[in-house]
Amino acid sequence: MDSFMAQWVYTDTVKDHFMNPRNIWNKDENWVPDASGEVGSLACGDQMRVGIKVVDDKISDIRWLTYGCASAIASTSMMSEMVKGMTLEEAYHITPEMITDQLGGLPQHKFHCSVLGDKALRAAIDDYLEKNGRENPFRSSIAKIICECKGVTDQMIEHLVATDQAKTLEDLQRLTGYGTGCGRCKARIEHEFEEMKHIHGK
Amino acid sequence: MGRLIYLDNNATTQMAPEVLNAITEAQSVVYGNASSMHTFGREAQRLVEQARDNIASLLDCDSSEITFTSGASESNNTVFMIAKSLIEKRGGGRIVTTTIEHPSIMETVKYLRKCGIHVDQAPVATDGSVKLDEFEKLMGPDVVLVSVMTGNNETGTIQPIETISQIAHKYGALMHTDATQAIGKLQLSCKKWNLDYLSCSGHKFYGPKGVGVLYAKKGIPYEPFVHGGEQEHGRRAGTYNTIAIYGMGVAAKLAKENIDEESRRLWTMREKLREGIVAKVPNVVVNGCNDRQHCLPGTLDVSFENVEGESILLMLDIAGIAVSTGSACATGSLEPSYVLMAGGLDVELAHGSIRFSFGRFNTMEDVDYVLEVLPPIISRLRAISTR
Repeated sequence: MDSFMAQWVYTDTVKDHFMNPRNIWNKDENWVPDASGEVGSLACGDQMRVGIKVVDDKISDIRWLTYGCASAIASTSMMSEMVKGMTLEEAYHITPEMITDQLGGLPQHKFHCSVLGDKALRAAIDDYLEKNGRENPFRSSIAKIICECKGVTDQMIEHLVATDQAKTLEDLQRLTGYGTGCGRCKARIEHEFEEMKHIHGK
Repeated sequence: MGRLIYLDNNATTQMAPEVLNAITEAQSVVYGNASSMHTFGREAQRLVEQARDNIASLLDCDSSEITFTSGASESNNTVFMIAKSLIEKRGGGRIVTTTIEHPSIMETVKYLRKCGIHVDQAPVATDGSVKLDEFEKLMGPDVVLVSVMTGNNETGTIQPIETISQIAHKYGALMHTDATQAIGKLQLSCKKWNLDYLSCSGHKFYGPKGVGVLYAKKGIPYEPFVHGGEQEHGRRAGTYNTIAIYGMGVAAKLAKENIDEESRRLWTMREKLREGIVAKVPNVVVNGCNDRQHCLPGTLDVSFENVEGESILLMLDIAGIAVSTGSACATGSLEPSYVLMAGGLDVELAHGSIRFSFGRFNTMEDVDYVLEVLPPIISRLRAISTR
């Protein structure tokens, strides 16, 4: 049975971060963050909360909590290790791919639903800038255009889903006009829409 | 390597040593095609017929009413395709089933609907039992087939099949039950329950995988699902899987001998685990049914608040304990167990569900070990959870 046990569903790095998660936001510790962010919901099966302390626009400390599967726990743990000491700008540009690479890969079906740590971190950085009454220069820099004909970005979709303006794909099409040009983006838009609904617990 | 405890017997079981010995011995000498007329073929056929008799005895039916298949999924598909064919021939009719059937029925229902067949699904109560009044409201003279599983794979809830069969027949419908989880744990009777069809698999009661049975009452409508040769009197084509069939027969004989004692043993372990979990772990919900008469004796499904099921499963796995979960994360879909949701369980609790299923080879010491390992795992995951 040894060889069977050795071939775990995830990589050894994922297993390590799952069993020994780093930078946990211990509820008894009385750790007070400068800002925090939360994404996902229990109903969706994944929820993450990230708290950060910031010194000179660098992340000096980070704590997190996660309700979710092993890859959700491990990816948030890995993210928390990666961003310590980073500038807010660098941290804002952490992607799920970067986290997954550090973990040595994740099964395909786990990639989209469980790697939310980067989004929770961005929400925390947004919160930090807002609390300090500062402009958010990063938000627009990470937008990805999905429908080129109508200039629809992932952030537009996320915003419309999060604010309940787009509850269905029909709503989204009415509001953005996606897919009415060449039509090639349809599958990607639909995928993004479902993912955002999942992330925001809609 | 530490201890390994298998508590996933509703997924599949370890073969009984009696079965393993019998098929290992047979495998080296019996290789003829059971359809051949010569000595080699006749010896294979003898094993097939012996298995048929053992299984008929366990199901309380006539041997001639047993057809061997590749498993319960094929048996279920066969029954639904018979109903489809009847509906098409009559130019109308309906099928009535439930919202908690096995995927081999749930997916077949989706397929039949795409083909234009009308299928209704009766809802279940919180304990997982079919709401009989709602079920009867769905009945009418146009119903061709009623299909309700005997015992559920996740909650373990046992349905009143004899009563449902009476209702089905009152309206002139054919009655099918998927008894895959119940076989070997519950006294089944095709005669007493007046069943028209019953499906089961060999591997859920210590027999081999890849073999199953479809019971079809004498004289009842039948059409093969697999067309081809004349095996099983034209009811199921394909060279006999002689050794697996023989093994399933040995398993059926063992089940018949041990059923009462085994059920008692499974229930004792299940109850010890349930009581232990409820006493040691706060904020848990026991899913399904909790009385001996209405629950498969070896099944315990528990939801742990504020923890996700896959995490629990994998931490238990690292500790050497094998269980299953109704969480969406374990399957890659976004939805958790449809069976638990059908009973009205909160979606968050469905994500945090763990199924422990006992079998013949489990011991009370296994329960002690789970009760030692599980509570700290839940505390640990709750400590890092957002709630």
